[in-house]
Amino acid sequence: MNAEALTAIEKAADAAPIPMALLAELTHRCPLKCPYCSNPLDLIRRSSELSAETWADVFAQAAAMGVLHVHLSGGEPAARRDLPEIVESAVTAGLYTNLITSGVGLTEATFADLVARGLDHVQLSIQGTDATTADRIGGYKGGFDTKMRVAAWIVAAGVPLTVNAVMHRQNLDRLSETIDLAVRLGARRLEVAHTQYHGWAYRNRAALMPTPGQVARSGEIVAEARRRLEGVLAIDYVTPDHLAKYPKPCMGGWGRVGLNVTPSGKVLPCHAAETIPGLVFDTVTERPLAEIWREGAAFTAFRGTGWMQEPCASCPRKAVDWGGCRCQALAWTGDAAATDPACTLSPHNARMRAEATGEAADADEAFAYREM
Amino acid sequence: MTGPEDGSRPYLPRGVRLRWCAVRGAWFLLAPERAVKLDAVGSAILSALDGERDFAGVVAKLSADFGAPPEQVATDARKFLADLMARRMVEAA
Ligand code: SF4
Ligand code: SF4
Repeated sequence: MNAEALTAIEKAADAAPIPMALLAELTHRCPLKCPYCSNPLDLIRRSSELSAETWADVFAQAAAMGVLHVHLSGGEPAARRDLPEIVESAVTAGLYTNLITSGVGLTEATFADLVARGLDHVQLSIQGTDATTADRIGGYKGGFDTKMRVAAWIVAAGVPLTVNAVMHRQNLDRLSETIDLAVRLGARRLEVAHTQYHGWAYRNRAALMPTPGQVARSGEIVAEARRRLEGVLAIDYVTPDHLAKYPKPCMGGWGRVGLNVTPSGKVLPCHAAETIPGLVFDTVTERPLAEIWREGAAFTAFRGTGWMQEPCASCPRKAVDWGGCRCQALAWTGDAAATDPACTLSPHNARMRAEATGEAADADEAFAYREM
Repeated sequence: MTGPEDGSRPYLPRGVRLRWCAVRGAWFLLAPERAVKLDAVGSAILSALDGERDFAGVVAKLSADFGAPPEQVATDARKFLADLMARRMVEAA
């Protein structure tokens, strides 16, 4: 590629693409206390939550910008009594409406109401494959049994179910059981997500980081299950960051694919962006969403490639993974504009790996639970 | 995955749907965590799935609409649908 072509690509990369997805964090309230929760350490209270009418307006604006999917998330979205109204307004805006829930707090009647209003899909998180483990990790007794009931309602209503399992050292050995459970529940998809190490998870990394042996085994388990379950269960699986050669593109690239709106209406390029000091966020009640996306300071800060340092700046992969995760870079190097330490080209990679292997070898099983 | 049999009726299951995106000027197949941008052929195939027509009927309709040889249409449509069936974005009854 010649220099001119490269400049053209970089210019195009720095312009705002059409967004695909909106993550609407309806509330931070949640009965569970997962130690890898991606909500900020500083949680928003009920009194500052956006109203259902404001959400309806946000959805309409998002749809007009070209957003296709909305993910209603939290916290636990079912903690909001007006969830049915909110779902309806997303459907009316023409968005593909996905509910991300722990299942706890959802009643059968409310769920039926959501279905009647056009909910497209439910993503149910599971914390483990048996009640004892799951309830310990979620920090909530009875949570597991509730989920099993909720899954049955979803499948009975014909709504597609995705089971989302966040994996880490303390449950990765149960991956086969997790896959079996997803099939038993009637899920169409299983998302096996590895914990990313910032926020609560960075704080709990000693108890969460999987061993390289565990990761290698889980790759094999997934490959086998994918063959066996083709047409039954689609499995999404990504190798954990710190053991792959290159990082994952953060959100498909900062300010490229998706945006998040927090319970109080702040618009973030990623759910953890508030951990980055110095970023200034716009609010949906003060500025049109399209303008925030296109030229908001937080979105332009790391969009494209212009902000990059070495080794990213001269790396041929810079428009492939976009330098990886900003929040992870910050947590491990103190600089959000640094190369993601999960990248083998980062000068901090060796330390991250050493710490990961060291911490994974630790027998520390205690968590600092997420708290309001 | 071999795709739909001639006599089976392929359909989009609940939670999978076609949507015209005016901003991009294109049809999309929307499914859980997926948005597949469709070309003219893809959207024609999927629009022909009404849950009533069997695969042979889908092929007959498409070859009539496009004036294309049925064997060619059958091969292409089966391959296209097989891929979506493997991802559980199309089912067949
Ligand atoms: S910067 Fe990207 S990868 Fe990192 S936490 Fe935010 S969204 Fe996730
Ligand atoms: S150096 Fe930067 S751009 Fe290159 S692979 Fe690593 S993170 Fe990606």
